[in-house]
Amino acid sequence: MPLDLICPAGSLVSLKAAIDHGADAVYMGFRDNTNARAFPGLNFDEAQAAEGLRYAHDRGRRVLLALNTYPQPDTWSRWTGAVDRAAKLGMDAVILADAGLMRYAVKNHPQLRLHLSVQGSATSYEAVNFYREHFGIQRAVLPRVLSLPQVENVVKHTDVEIELFGFGGLCVMVEGRCLLSSYCTGESPNSAGVCSPAKAVQWKETPAGLESRLNGVLLDRYGKDEKAGYPTLCKGRFEVGGETYYAIEEPTSLNTLDLLPEMLKMGIAAIKIEGRQRSPAYVTQVTKVWRAAIDAVKKNADSFEPAPAWQAELNKLSEGQSHTLGAYHRPWK
Amino acid sequence: MLNLAFPPQLATLVARLPLAPPSLAFSMAANRLLWPALQTLDWQPLVGRRYAIRVKDLGLSFRFAVSQSGFAPDGGAPDLTISATARDFLLLLSRREDPDTLFFSRRLVSEGDTELGLTVKNLLDALDPELVLGRLPAPLARAARRLMAA
Repeated sequence: MPLDLICPAGSLVSLKAAIDHGADAVYMGFRDNTNARAFPGLNFDEAQAAEGLRYAHDRGRRVLLALNTYPQPDTWSRWTGAVDRAAKLGMDAVILADAGLMRYAVKNHPQLRLHLSVQGSATSYEAVNFYREHFGIQRAVLPRVLSLPQVENVVKHTDVEIELFGFGGLCVMVEGRCLLSSYCTGESPNSAGVCSPAKAVQWKETPAGLESRLNGVLLDRYGKDEKAGYPTLCKGRFEVGGETYYAIEEPTSLNTLDLLPEMLKMGIAAIKIEGRQRSPAYVTQVTKVWRAAIDAVKKNADSFEPAPAWQAELNKLSEGQSHTLGAYHRPWK
Repeated sequence: MLNLAFPPQLATLVARLPLAPPSLAFSMAANRLLWPALQTLDWQPLVGRRYAIRVKDLGLSFRFAVSQSGFAPDGGAPDLTISATARDFLLLLSRREDPDTLFFSRRLVSEGDTELGLTVKNLLDALDPELVLGRLPAPLARAARRLMAA
């Protein structure tokens, strides 16, 4: 089916909320740094994962496991162990970024369906087809750096299913290659599983405003009524050339409701919603909107117009001041 | 939309109460409603830490600690302080608002140990609401379910 709706689940409660409100599949992570949302108290132990799988499968939906960080030499067995557990539990697919781990999965669990994570940073059909030929991947999640015509070019030249991000927080989009946060903390998202480890984050109300710091480095200072954002280095405001501004990237959320008809026509297999770190309330609200939108576009793509109420609901949930179509809709290449 | 406003006189009155009664009442309620549901999750990181919940518009503070045996009032310096209005706390409890949304829009303030704050947030998100509602008296549980479905 084209345009499957893939929703985030940071807990069993979120998983059930996503399924109940119309997700075709959910994605989750185990409770360690084998996935890129390794936050304390978040994610699934084996029993919870089994219960989540049961809940989804009973309702004809699927569960995907994000195993999308890069294994480290001294803890290689943690990642291979996670692949083994995924196979044993009967995950519908594992979302991998590391080629070594793909090789392990193919050799040891040939029946396990593999998706190439956005963290794999494959932006061309040559790269996607390489993973297909060597590891038999069934689907690739494209990094959010391509314009829609560039996405279409990938779709046309591969038989790998293509999944795109539809909604959620944006980052500087060097997925799988970002080392920014290790500048402050010595931990990069690709090996430690988070951009800003919570233990290194400080929030403080000061007379000048609400300050966020990462390991002592001032990231931002929000005025009284200013909307705050996640405390990541890429979204901080810094003084450059005597001016203080978002020197790397402004906190924004991707929202591609407007592009659904084009995505349907070019044969996009699935739309992914960001936010495993968000609450069941977020999952419920976003899933409802996207289910309604995808149903509407499948019914009649030509007359599809995103409802203003959908946009209002999504804007309320977004990080930062605004939402954007991201790279999908830029005139330059 | 939930419409709750508390008269300012009430806040003044509540603020004059000594520390213990609200914190004691809170701890007793939390032990009865939250503690059993927490047992299904990994709650060990909460143990040995002090917390303050400030209901800003009511001038009300609940101060407590978590031990191996549950919640107990504790007036010591908190490791984590969470502040919001009564209405926003209700929206959070009834899962009608997302904590990150409230945090981005500055309606929810978390001060102190960020890692502990994130742990608390994620544990509360992971709590099975039925396990909590099942321990409420029937009329209250009905009212809560209506609030959550609204």
